[in-house]
Amino acid sequence: MNTLRRIFALAVKELLAILRDKKSRFVLIGPPIIQLIVFGYAATFDLNNIPVAVYNEDSGAASRVLVARLVGSPHFDLVGHIERDAQIAPLIDNKDVLMVLHLGPRFSADLKRGKTASAQLIIDGRNSNTALLALGYLRAIVTDFNIDWARRHGKPGPPATLQIRPWYNANLLSRWFVVPGIVGLLTLVVTTIVTGLSVAREREAGTFDQLLVTPLRPVDILIGKSIPGILIGLIEGSFIITMVVFWFEVPLRGSLGALYIGMFLFLLSAVGIGLMISSLAVTQQQGILGTFLFLVPAVILSGFATPISNMPEAVQYLTLINPMRYFMVIVRGVFLEGDSYVLLFDQYWPMAIIAFVTLSLAGWLFRRRMN
Amino acid sequence: MPPPIARSCSPTEVMNNASLVFEGVSKTFTTGDRSVTALQSLDIRIQAGKVTGLIGPDGAGKTTLMRLAAGLLLPDAGSIHALGMDVVRQPLQVQSSVGYMPQRFGLYEDLSVQENLELYADLQGLGRAERAASYQELMHMTGLAPFTRRLAGRLSGGMKQKLGLACTLVRPPRLLLLDEPTVGVDPVSRRELWSIVYRQVKEQGMSVLLSTAYLDEAQRCDEVILIHEGRRLGQGTPQYFSEPMRGRTFRVTAPGFTKRALQARLGATPGIVDAIIEGEHVRIVTADPRLPDLSPLTSGQGALHIEPAEPIFEDAFIAALKGDQAVASARQLSQFPQVAPVGPEQEAVIEVCGLERRFGDFYAVKNVSFSVRRGEIFGLLGANGAGKSTTFRMLCGLLPVSAGKVQVAGYDLHHAGARARGRLGYMAQRFSLYANLSVLQNLRFFASAYGLGGARGRARIAWALEAFELKEYSGDNSDDLPLGFKQRLAMAAALMHEPDILFLDEPTSGVDPLARREFWQRINALAESGVTVLVTTHFMDEANYCDRLVIMAEGEVLARGTPAQMKARFRSDELSDPTMEDAFIGLIEAHEQGGGDAP
Amino acid sequence: MNERAASRMRLVGMIRKESLQILRDPSSIAIAFVMPVVLLLLFGYGVSLDARHVPLAVVVEQPDTNTASLIGSFQHSAYFNLKSFDSIHAAQQAFDLREVFGIVWLRNDFSEQLLSRGNASIGVIVNGVNANQARITQGYIQGVWQVWLGHYARSRGMELTLPVALAPRIWFNAAVSSRDFLVPGLIALIMTLIGALLTSMVVAREWERGTMEALMVTPIRIGELVIGKLVPYFVLGMGGMLLSVATAVWLFEVPLRGSFWLLSAASALFMLVALGMGLVISVVAKNQFVAGQIAIVVTFLPAFILSGFIFQISSMPAAIQLITHIIPARYYVAILQTLFLAGDIWPIVLSNCAVLALMLFVLLAVARRKLHKRLDA
Repeated sequence: MNTLRRIFALAVKELLAILRDKKSRFVLIGPPIIQLIVFGYAATFDLNNIPVAVYNEDSGAASRVLVARLVGSPHFDLVGHIERDAQIAPLIDNKDVLMVLHLGPRFSADLKRGKTASAQLIIDGRNSNTALLALGYLRAIVTDFNIDWARRHGKPGPPATLQIRPWYNANLLSRWFVVPGIVGLLTLVVTTIVTGLSVAREREAGTFDQLLVTPLRPVDILIGKSIPGILIGLIEGSFIITMVVFWFEVPLRGSLGALYIGMFLFLLSAVGIGLMISSLAVTQQQGILGTFLFLVPAVILSGFATPISNMPEAVQYLTLINPMRYFMVIVRGVFLEGDSYVLLFDQYWPMAIIAFVTLSLAGWLFRRRMN
Repeated sequence: MPPPIARSCSPTEVMNNASLVFEGVSKTFTTGDRSVTALQSLDIRIQAGKVTGLIGPDGAGKTTLMRLAAGLLLPDAGSIHALGMDVVRQPLQVQSSVGYMPQRFGLYEDLSVQENLELYADLQGLGRAERAASYQELMHMTGLAPFTRRLAGRLSGGMKQKLGLACTLVRPPRLLLLDEPTVGVDPVSRRELWSIVYRQVKEQGMSVLLSTAYLDEAQRCDEVILIHEGRRLGQGTPQYFSEPMRGRTFRVTAPGFTKRALQARLGATPGIVDAIIEGEHVRIVTADPRLPDLSPLTSGQGALHIEPAEPIFEDAFIAALKGDQAVASARQLSQFPQVAPVGPEQEAVIEVCGLERRFGDFYAVKNVSFSVRRGEIFGLLGANGAGKSTTFRMLCGLLPVSAGKVQVAGYDLHHAGARARGRLGYMAQRFSLYANLSVLQNLRFFASAYGLGGARGRARIAWALEAFELKEYSGDNSDDLPLGFKQRLAMAAALMHEPDILFLDEPTSGVDPLARREFWQRINALAESGVTVLVTTHFMDEANYCDRLVIMAEGEVLARGTPAQMKARFRSDELSDPTMEDAFIGLIEAHEQGGGDAP
Repeated sequence: MNERAASRMRLVGMIRKESLQILRDPSSIAIAFVMPVVLLLLFGYGVSLDARHVPLAVVVEQPDTNTASLIGSFQHSAYFNLKSFDSIHAAQQAFDLREVFGIVWLRNDFSEQLLSRGNASIGVIVNGVNANQARITQGYIQGVWQVWLGHYARSRGMELTLPVALAPRIWFNAAVSSRDFLVPGLIALIMTLIGALLTSMVVAREWERGTMEALMVTPIRIGELVIGKLVPYFVLGMGGMLLSVATAVWLFEVPLRGSFWLLSAASALFMLVALGMGLVISVVAKNQFVAGQIAIVVTFLPAFILSGFIFQISSMPAAIQLITHIIPARYYVAILQTLFLAGDIWPIVLSNCAVLALMLFVLLAVARRKLHKRLDA
């Protein structure tokens, strides 16, 4: 009973210490909102308004039809027409356009005679991902043109056609992918910073000794220090979920309960890691650095931006100890795929194990540190 | 060596030949919607070639004045001239010829002693040719010669201050500004710092302005400026201040009383401005030259023995600032109940036997033994780095012992559980409560941490607010409190659970004389009610409050006994009435010469 | 001693002190060397936007030679790892469990439709959650499909005539390897870390520890103080840049097509801008915690997200595109990607350098205005 009261008092004190301090409040409120907005709007792989130039040496109608299709696409933005070969390189080099579509003088003639007409495309490959995506968009335009042309001229189309249907995200909006991921990203950052600095801050302020001479046991102190991290993480997470659903209008298809179970386990493991850093760091600077050194790889290797399956095998094994990896699956599963408890079980238990291990390690380090 | 005796000088002399002049200087700081006036149309003149002391309670504006003089702040009104130069218009020229040592001197802790010196030599533009001689001289003077390769962060507090002074003096300035250079420094190092300062004045003709919280140091200044709430209360030689007090200072003893009880009663008597314990008697300062009627104090318990005492600067300071506040504080003392049942007087509550602490192969504490009886105030004295704090931390269970035995109330606190820790209160060296929590939130937290819930907790919090006069601050962040109130709050938190043992680690370091007096009144009252108090301190006059004490050096106990016993050893023909400080320095010097055997 | 000699002495003293502190402070070393190595290894080895070995479920309801040739085409592609399932139901289960990223479904009438009417459909489902990966996978599938169409036509003694055939040529990065653009872009991040984060934190540390007050009352000029502080970090940042370039070229085999000296010159300019940002932050934030936070939010995150390092600026909403113009890393990333992959394209290098120089000028002007040898300014 007394122990519970003590832990509760400690948790209240921790929360107050964080919330009453202007700087800490700023850290909890400012960066997450900025990041949510910046990530939500800027972190997109979808391409719009790709600047493109057309070098059309052909005078026939067919080439104009193809160019018209290009201009009509929301993905492309026709910057201008060019007349000479020599103009291509400067345009691309100077990043004035991402690509140049070159239709030779025989384009329409070839088409009419039933020969394959060639459309040359020069793409700036400096950003390979953009290049590949832009190529994909243009390919789709050409394929559509071909099918139309064949139909209109009574020619047989390809004997078999692809019927591609993307599930869960029919329009392939990358915002739907990125924005739910932010729930995981920001709760991880906030929770680790809050807990990662909590002991170091008390050490620097000298209050830690004062705490140690009270009847609080090390275990009580650890529990008291984890509660605010989890609470703040849950509140911040809920705020972001609300924003994701109502502001960014990402569908929430699965069960909220399943999401919150995942979030709780995720926060537990984040708190465990934060407390481990905290027990090791002597100064706040070390605490900040420690959290930073943990957060950067944890985020990059979580599948937040780039798929884990693309990583080398050794790195893929490494991601197994990263709690964010599992939460990324949960949050996207619940939002987009409509997952429920059963499907997510395989993500829950590894996080539970990570939480158990990190919290025990933190406790052990904490006790060892005091001797 | 003894400092030169201050000379008094006529006002006309003061007017000319001034090295620092403030005329009508005001400075107000605004943070948010709160504005604090630090200095209010202040006029001062500092004479060239003299040591001038700047004295005042916390928040009087001492640091602001120093920073203005160094050109680090701009005055809102008025003019400042240093060495004939306008500080506002020509800050760079002033900074080339003025040396300033801030309160926390900025030593680079990750640079060695030598590297710190070299940096300041470069910045001050000391020529290469002069360096070797200058370094040698400074290192010799500060006694840091053996440590030139040591990182500054690894030096003791006293050594750091000496290095800071050396860095400031690397190219001797014509005007030296020292902001509380002796805070947290032990008496031996303090004496050394003073001798360095006086040497500069004598050899270089330097002018020095020095602020301090140690009133005994005022006695060492040629001239003293007393400031309070941003205004100058007076300026003159120490005698100029203390002389009007002649006939108002007395020493009192009463056979029927403990000295603490006597002090408490005298302090509460109308007409007495100040009552402090000094050795075996109580020293009082009266409001006017007439001794008030003290007979009601001793009704039926024998006679008081009263003799006149020589007035000192401190008497004038207290009289000027305290006025009749003494009565008010004394009233509060009645609010300390009997906090713990008083057991048999002779029972040892703290027992330390052959205590040792090693860090690698360095012995921080070596073979320390002592015991503390219930209801005693027990002091732990020593120079910086003598092992006091390490001993203290082991007693509180914050640090495991390497060898030996520590028992507090029958427990080894490092292994004992919550229950044992619940019996002690601890006040750390630095203010160590939660800075951004309010007074009330801090108290609530510590009440709950000690398991005081419900009605009991509320009652204790109410008691703390009342007894420590913290009510009007209860909603303020503890960080925004004046230093004296911070210290009250820290003590309130340590006493929340009515501990029967109280650990105080340099509780009054950096606290001004008024707050220190109040603090000791409370401690005395606690001890009278049966609480055992273990205290470390740098203020030798505070050692007088202890029933018994040990003096430590280099991790060992040099001497143990009552303050009177300690002082008696150093009574001689030249020193008929040695102070605690004389005794302390004597012991340390004997130890350094005699190879460490306790006398 | 004359004033010039004194000034030089003060400057040298500051530089020496700052360098010693860097060497003794493990956290400086951590940010300057450990962090870049971690980032380089992570981005070089761990992160790839290219899809390889995408797990794909295949459901063939009635196997025959036609389906075998189509599936064969998928098997030949390095992009896919195929897993066969007997029924679409089983394949969907695997899809739900994220064991496969997509499904290729050939219904039992596939061959019949193909032969009789020449109008068979190949059902493909891809997981659209990761839209980027889904799009790239779609592209790969289309590629396989086209290859197969050619094979199929040839096997039946016909020539496949597509009306229009697209002949793409990808300049500068023919292998479209994402590592080749991620690793050079990373240099901008690393230099931002050293320049802005580390510098703002060390200046804040001087305020926190009270050393700034002691420095200010020495005869040092504010300009000497600033230069003395920045020179060591400039060297450190350029060291970080060299380390990254060496890693990029020798370990990750990213081509460096432009001139190394031009790269160094542009990097030096960007380093100065980053240091300028650190300096301005430290004027605002006088403690390390706040300085670190501001540096991360104001310099590091934008360098990551808004610089064009990963995400295409022209695709961002107009308001955000406007913001990217004040992000120095944007200009440096453009220079980096050009110098590494395209070569010395002077118009790009010069125009971006000009913007960086302007930014440097503004930052220095702000710092000059805001930095005083006073505590209350």
